[in-house]
Amino acid sequence: MWVRPSQLKQRGIIGMNRRNIRYIGRYNSRKLYPLVDDKLKTKLLAEKHGITSPALIGTVSTQFEVKGLGDMIAGHDGFAIKPAKGSGGKGILVIERVDQDGYHKPSGARLSLEDLHRHVSNILSGLYSLGGAADVAMVEALINFDEKLSEYTYEGVPDIRVIIFRGYPVMAMMRLSTAASDGKANLHQGAVGVGLDIATGTAVRGVQFDRSRHDHPDTGHELASLRIPDWTNLLMLAAGCYEMTGLGYLGTDMVIDRHRGPMLLELNARPGLAIQMANGEGLRRRLDLVEKQPHGLDVEKRVAFSQHHFARRGELRTLDEQPALAAT
Amino acid sequence: MSRLPFYIIVGLLLVLGIGTSLYRHIQLEVPWTPGEQRQVWEVEAIIDFAALGEPVRVDFALPSHQLGYRILTENTASPGYGLSFLQDESGRRAQWSIRRATGSQQLYYSVRLQVTEDTRRQQANRPELREVSWERPYDTAAAQVIERAWARSADPYTFARELIRDFNEERQSENTRLLLTQFERTPLLVRLLNQAGVHAREVSGLLLEDGRRRQTLAPWIQVFEDEENWALFDPRTGTQGQPENLLLWESGGRAVLEVQGGTNSRVTFSMLSRSQPAAAAVRSQLADDTLLNFSIHSLPLEEQALFQTILLIPIGALVVVFLRIMVGLKTSGTFMPVLIALAFIQTSLPTGLIGFLLVVSVGLVIRNYLSYLNLLLVARVSAVIITVIAIISIFSVLSYRVGLNAGLTITFFPMIILAWTIERMSILWEEEGPKQVVIQGGGSLITAVLAYLAMNNPWIRHITFNFLGVQLIIMALIMLLGNYTGYRLLELRRFKPVTED
Repeated sequence: MWVRPSQLKQRGIIGMNRRNIRYIGRYNSRKLYPLVDDKLKTKLLAEKHGITSPALIGTVSTQFEVKGLGDMIAGHDGFAIKPAKGSGGKGILVIERVDQDGYHKPSGARLSLEDLHRHVSNILSGLYSLGGAADVAMVEALINFDEKLSEYTYEGVPDIRVIIFRGYPVMAMMRLSTAASDGKANLHQGAVGVGLDIATGTAVRGVQFDRSRHDHPDTGHELASLRIPDWTNLLMLAAGCYEMTGLGYLGTDMVIDRHRGPMLLELNARPGLAIQMANGEGLRRRLDLVEKQPHGLDVEKRVAFSQHHFARRGELRTLDEQPALAAT
Repeated sequence: MSRLPFYIIVGLLLVLGIGTSLYRHIQLEVPWTPGEQRQVWEVEAIIDFAALGEPVRVDFALPSHQLGYRILTENTASPGYGLSFLQDESGRRAQWSIRRATGSQQLYYSVRLQVTEDTRRQQANRPELREVSWERPYDTAAAQVIERAWARSADPYTFARELIRDFNEERQSENTRLLLTQFERTPLLVRLLNQAGVHAREVSGLLLEDGRRRQTLAPWIQVFEDEENWALFDPRTGTQGQPENLLLWESGGRAVLEVQGGTNSRVTFSMLSRSQPAAAAVRSQLADDTLLNFSIHSLPLEEQALFQTILLIPIGALVVVFLRIMVGLKTSGTFMPVLIALAFIQTSLPTGLIGFLLVVSVGLVIRNYLSYLNLLLVARVSAVIITVIAIISIFSVLSYRVGLNAGLTITFFPMIILAWTIERMSILWEEEGPKQVVIQGGGSLITAVLAYLAMNNPWIRHITFNFLGVQLIIMALIMLLGNYTGYRLLELRRFKPVTED
C-alpha cells in the first residue's frame, strides 16, 4: 500500500511540495501567469510567435453576446467551446457534429442551442475560472486529429503533454481519453496516460488511474506500438513556448492535426506530476541535468540535447554514457 | 538564491516566541497547564485612630513583592482622604491626608497576594551601625550580656541566636532582667547587636493564618552577615529563618504606622486564604504595562473572550497546513475546515457533524435543482445562501419543538462559507462525479474535526491565550512547513506503482 520515501527519491520522483517550491516557485514568475491562465491570450501570443494553434471561430465576452452564438457557429460542422480561464479541462464542451436535431457531443449526447447558451453563460459568469472571476468563452474549430492515432483514443482528441524546463523538453506523455473520462484527456478523470520517449516519440508505458496498462480500455488496442508522427517538430514547437512565455517550468499541451501538423492547444504553468507515473520515471534527474546547462541556446540545440540525453531506447545507449556536459 | 534570510527570520521568531513564553512562565508565574491551583491570600489592614480636628496625615508601610509572595492587586477605602503611594529604598508606603477630621477614623487597605515558589531572595539594604550609649548602670549590664553571648558564638548569626536566648525566661540573668525593666525587648536586642558591631534592624511581619481577624504585626529581627546576606530571627525564641507563612510587611526599619493629627492609632489585620485556578490568578495580576508583559489580560473581559477564539485560529491554520503539506489531504476550500471547526466549538462535535452533514446534503439537493433554472453564478450562490439560512432556521425550530436544544446551536455555522461549500461540491459532483465529492468533503470534515480537537483542547486553549509568544512559534512552524520539499504522506501511496516494475 505504501512505499518508503527513499524508494521514490532513488527513482527521482518529485512530489507536489518540491514541484511548487523548487520549480514553479523558482522558475515561474507570477506576473507571467496570466499569459497561460488565459487561453485567449496564449492563443494570440502564439500567433505572434508563429506557433500554430487551433483556429479561433469567435469569442463571447458579455452575456448580451450570448444570443449571437447561433450565428457565430452557423456553418461549422464541429467546434469546441472553452472558458478562456478554465483549468484542468473544466468547462470544455466539444460538439462533433451539427444537424437539424441539434448539437452532438462525441459521446452521442444531443444538446440544443438553448443548452449551448446556458453553457456559455455559465462560462461568462466565471463558473469554471479560477476563483470564480468573470470569464470569456472561446469557440474554436475542431481539430482533425491524425487518423493513425484514432484507434488509441475513445471519443476525445488525444493530446500530448510535454514538460518544458528552461526551454528543454524533459518529459512527455500522451493522454488518451476513455469512456471513464467522458472523452476528456484528464488523467485523474480516468484518461490513459502513455509515457513517450523524448528521442523518438514512441510509447514507453501506459497508466490509467495510476495503475499500469498495456492496452486502451475501450478500443482494446495495445499501446506499445504508439508512435507520434512529426515528433521532432512537435518538440520544437513545444520548446519554443519557453521564449514565448518566459515561464521556466511549463506544461505544453499539443495536438496533431491531420492537415496542419503539431499545434499548441494550451499551456499550463502548474503542470501535474502524473507524467512521472506514465513514464515510470521521476523528473528529478532530468531537471537536475537541465539546470546545469547554460542559458541562451536556440530551440534546435535544446531539442537535440533532450533527444540525446533523455532517450529511453537502446540505439542511443552508447552515446548516453558520455558525460552530460560533453554535448554542450 | 540564499535561504539564509528565511532561516534568520524563522530563528528570530522561534527565539522571540520561546523567550517571551519562558519570561511569562518564570517571571510572571503563568503556569504551563490550566489545571494548576494557586493559593491566594487576601489581607485587609484596618487603621483606627481618633482625629483631633486638625489636619491629619497617616503614613502607613505597605508590603512589597517578596520571597514567597507576589502582590496581585491592592485596594484602599478611605472616604474623604487624599491618597498617594510613595516608594523609596526603605520600601513602599501609603500616605493618606485630610485637611480636617474629628472623631474616630477608619482607613482600609486590602491586598491580594499570590503564594509563589519564587526562590530569589529579595534585596535589602544593610542598615548602618548606630551609636549606642547607655546610662549607668545599664552600660555594664549590656557589656556583660554581650560578652557572655560573644564568648559562646562564632559569627553574627550565632551571636544573635545566643543573645536572644539569653533573654528567654529560663536563661534570664540579672543583667538581662535589669535591661528589660528599662527597654522593650526587640529594640533592646537591636541595640545590643549594634553595640557588638552586628548590623541588624527591627522589621514587622504578619503571620498568615486562614480566617484570622484582628491580628497585629509581630516584630522580627533582621541580622546581616555581610553586605547582602541576612537572616530573620524571632526575638521571642531566637529561632533563625523566616517561617513560610510570614509576610514581611515593613522591612525598612521604619515605623509601620505614623499618624499626625490623631491619637490612639493602631492597625489590625484580617486575612483569608483562597485557592483559585492559576489562569484566574494570572488574570488578576497587576498589569505592569511593560512590553514583555504584553498580554490580552489587560483588555476588558468581553474582548478577552473574543480574543480567546481569535488566538485559536492559528492553531487551526497549522492543522490545515500540516494536513495539506505533510499528508496531502484534499479539502474543499483551503481554510473552510477551520471555520467549520470554530462552529464545532460552539455546537459540540456530534451536533456539529450532524448539522453540517444535514445542511450540506439538503443544500446539495436544492442546489442541484437550482442548476436547472440556469441562473448566473452570483445569483445562484446568493440563492444557495438563502437556502442555507432557511435550512438552518427550519432545523432550529424543528429541533426546539422536539425538545433538542442542541439543535439551536446550528446557527453558529458560517452560512456564506456553507453556501460556497455547497456550490463548490455541486460543481465537483457534476464535473468529477460523486467520488470526488466524497473525497474532498471527507477531507474537509477530517481536517475540520482534527482542527476542532486541537482548538478545543483545554491545554492548547490555555497556552494560546496566556502565551502570546506561542503565536510566533506557530508562525515559525508554518513557515518551516512552507519550506518543505519532501513527499507528502499520500504521495507515498500515489507513486507506488512507479516503483513496482
